Amino acid sequence: MKKIIIEIVDTIDTSRVYSELSHAQSGGICVFIGSVREFTNKEAVVALEFETYKTMALKEMRKIADEAFSKWDLNKLVLRHATGIKKVEEPVVIVGASSAHRSECFEACRFLIDTLKDRVPIWKKEIFRNKTVWVSAHP
Amino acid sequence: MDVLLFGIAKDIVGESRLRLEGEHEDLLSVGQLKRFLKRKFPEFSNLSSFAVAVNSEYAEDDVPLGRNDEIAIIPPVSGG
Repeated sequence: MKKIIIEIVDTIDTSRVYSELSHAQSGGICVFIGSVREFTNKEAVVALEFETYKTMALKEMRKIADEAFSKWDLNKLVLRHATGIKKVEEPVVIVGASSAHRSECFEACRFLIDTLKDRVPIWKKEIFRNKTVWVSAHP
Repeated sequence: MDVLLFGIAKDIVGESRLRLEGEHEDLLSVGQLKRFLKRKFPEFSNLSSFAVAVNSEYAEDDVPLGRNDEIAIIPPVSGG
């Protein structure tokens, strides 16, 4: 049975992903986790704040999942993004796929995160000690 | 017509929902809405780009805007 999990959540529990992606016909699982990095251009980040246009974000994530299933022979797929304020080292996004052999899930995983970052209406604000910056807003 | 605002677009306008009443009946398409926003809030011109979503789908400039559509301004996305 093919299974897709698509969610926007307050907090990401990374320990669930193995059971979410494991599958009797899958010999490989590939997962990418994005987390909060302490420095941007040598400036210390206090936290990141994520805002989403949830109905559209879930729709776009569903399209990405469908595209991945059409490109690769996958058994299961997870696309999950966090919203709200996240501190250094906290997970903010987790994507992954499982497939019979590793090459499909590796390629799919890269596609999932790259396309999510490119298209899904989620915005990240960097909170520094003295200022805040919406990432990618200005050239 | 209500326009939903997110991210930096919300900061530029100063609210999360922009209400456009009768005097904006000339806003018939996505392209016209974008031009109106750049005129009324010049900071929109300083963004890397911004898109408009109609009923939670990315919409090109020639897509018409209806009174009952859900319209949103999508500044450059930065998830992940």
